[in-house]
Amino acid sequence: MSKGVAITGMGVISAIGNNAQENYESLISGKAGISKITHIDTIHADAIMVGEIKTTNTTFEQQLNLTENSYSRSPILGIIAAKEALAQAGITDINNYKTGLISSTTVGGMDKSEQYFYEYFESDAHWQHINGLHAGDSTKKIADAIGLKESFVTTISTACSSAANAIMLGARMIKSGRLDRVVVGGTDALSKFTINGFKTLMILSDTYNTPFDENRKGLNLGEAAAFLVLESDEIVARENRKVLAYVKGYGNANDAFHQTASSENGDGAVLAMEKALKVAGLQPEDIDYVNAHGTATPNNDLSEGRAMLRIFGEGKVPEFSSTKAYTGHTLAVAGGVEAVYSILAIQNNRIYPNLNFKTPMKEFDLRPQTQVKEKEIKNVLSNSFGFGGNCSTLIISQEA
Amino acid sequence: MSKSVYINSVGSVSVQKTFDNSEFLNEITFYNDTVASVINPDYKAYIPPAQARRMAKGIKMSTVSSQTALQEAGIENVDAIIVGTGLGCLGDSEKFVGDIIENNEQFLTPTRFIQSSHNTVAGQIALGINCKGYNFTYVHATVSFESALLDAKMQLEQDEAEHILVGGVDEMVKYHVNSHRLIGHIKSEPVDASKLLESNTKGSVMGEGSHFFVLSNQKQESTYAELVSVECYNSMLKEDLPKKVVSFLTENQTDVASIDLVILGNNGDVNFDGYYNDLTTGLFKDTPQAYYKHLSAEYDTATGFAFWLGAKILKTQTIPEVVRLNKSKASNPKTILIYNQYRGENHSLVLLRKC
Repeated sequence: MSKGVAITGMGVISAIGNNAQENYESLISGKAGISKITHIDTIHADAIMVGEIKTTNTTFEQQLNLTENSYSRSPILGIIAAKEALAQAGITDINNYKTGLISSTTVGGMDKSEQYFYEYFESDAHWQHINGLHAGDSTKKIADAIGLKESFVTTISTACSSAANAIMLGARMIKSGRLDRVVVGGTDALSKFTINGFKTLMILSDTYNTPFDENRKGLNLGEAAAFLVLESDEIVARENRKVLAYVKGYGNANDAFHQTASSENGDGAVLAMEKALKVAGLQPEDIDYVNAHGTATPNNDLSEGRAMLRIFGEGKVPEFSSTKAYTGHTLAVAGGVEAVYSILAIQNNRIYPNLNFKTPMKEFDLRPQTQVKEKEIKNVLSNSFGFGGNCSTLIISQEA
Repeated sequence: MSKSVYINSVGSVSVQKTFDNSEFLNEITFYNDTVASVINPDYKAYIPPAQARRMAKGIKMSTVSSQTALQEAGIENVDAIIVGTGLGCLGDSEKFVGDIIENNEQFLTPTRFIQSSHNTVAGQIALGINCKGYNFTYVHATVSFESALLDAKMQLEQDEAEHILVGGVDEMVKYHVNSHRLIGHIKSEPVDASKLLESNTKGSVMGEGSHFFVLSNQKQESTYAELVSVECYNSMLKEDLPKKVVSFLTENQTDVASIDLVILGNNGDVNFDGYYNDLTTGLFKDTPQAYYKHLSAEYDTATGFAFWLGAKILKTQTIPEVVRLNKSKASNPKTILIYNQYRGENHSLVLLRKC
């Protein structure tokens, strides 16, 4: 079981860029993608800020040669990111190795379901979206777009840790030899459903989100898609692939504390980080950068901060930052977006700033990185936590 | 050396009376409808009534089936909880959307939103038994349950876990039935379930249910069967199916002649039952055949019912007459193959063996 899990391609589309390069440039120039919402007609438009991708569906449909209004936004974003990842890996025939697709989403086609919810019964004009309510439908559309046939295709939905879990499952399937190659990640578009849902939980900020700040007011929702191509050592050798980084460690645990809140001491998060370090065969001091979940809700940042202190020790937490102040919280995709950012951090030896941080939290002495920092980065630890107590950690490394 | 994986217990809540493990399809209900609802167990025996009131149907069904499985396996906790669900607690999702529209995004409460999260059932079970282990939820239409099986199997084989609670759950919701009837996925005319395969109409009869199992890499007295293999395929041309089935069997060191019973997912949809008919008249024409969707009805995790059926048949060594599809003599079944597809997509093969 000493097989490496090589990352040979990555793709991302978020509020700070339509591809990995654009995302990286925004990250190092401190350019956030948080704004007022423009694509969705909601009565909360003036009360919330979001990480919205400004390109319209119509533009994307033209780019992808799709019939107008045939797909909801999640599969559209997913297809763009998955294709970018495959292009980078240099894959032209998706079916020439045993390949799988593991996507993830929380809302799937909800943006269209909520729009035509009652209209379906009045007119057949938008019946193409009825089946889009199935989360798996967005994955099917991505599989079709990349031409995957007779293959293992599935979808994970574990709330805000979904894409991290998709990457984890993909890595396990490569390691066990069940697949030679797997496209892993997730996609989630903004919807009234999630805006109103998080609104009822009273964890949406009315201004720019401020992770790990004493005066944080909650999260900004975002939309994104992100995919990685994972390949076995055999393919890497045979095809002479350029390896971007490796999925070195992963851990999943349940907080078993509350359906939507994290435990005060971050028990689940500690377990997830411990497992990931164990799988990676690394010690806490081997971690050069932590890309935190850091949603900027009072509950998450306190719980995650305490968990980091338990793992790394007082005064020994490595440089960390949350990139949610750039992208907003992209729900299912957060772990995917942040895996791409972790790879970019390793490739460029750069740590991204945690924007909008001013005042340390009173509960502990933890200050996120607030400026771009150049540093040799070999191992990045990335956290993702979600409803249902779901806690996931990935370790992305320069070496297998 | 990878370890063998065993089904050590079952728990079922379905549109038949399956919640009592001491019975095996003793009473059958043949619906004459386009939908079928679960036969409710006595939820009060499992869930405090105050809690049950706000609880989504999927959570309630799963509380019963998961507790039944844990009890039969004789364990209080597991190393991991893995759930498959096509649509999660859909009733709450659809009510929340309705509320958003009808109340113009005002006066909403969080419960429906929280229960809408696809991983609610897995999270609730973890909370209920205080399981801090691995917790995953698969939501890929009709291979949601098989994805969960595959994940559990990988962990048990590698000894990363010893006991895993694996389940599949979907609840039936009126809005969903009505909207999917518009696009022909659900039958528009009632059909007598005992004559489901002769309906000659498109669409299926929609149902619901929750099936949980304790899978383990240790055999025990309660063990039903060994889970030998599970594979999923996103697409398949009808003409390629027999070849695929044969290669799946070969990979598992077996062949068509060794299959004592094939359990097929025919749902009476005239447009898509051809996949099954090709097998029953071709590859498996001499093999004892069974079907079950006239009993379970169709839903994303209906294969949970098939898995339950296969496990029960192997343990009890009886094949209920009501599931027989052909007259081929079948005694002492040792090896069972389960094949399913829905609307020509998401094909799955599951191989079970008597212990």
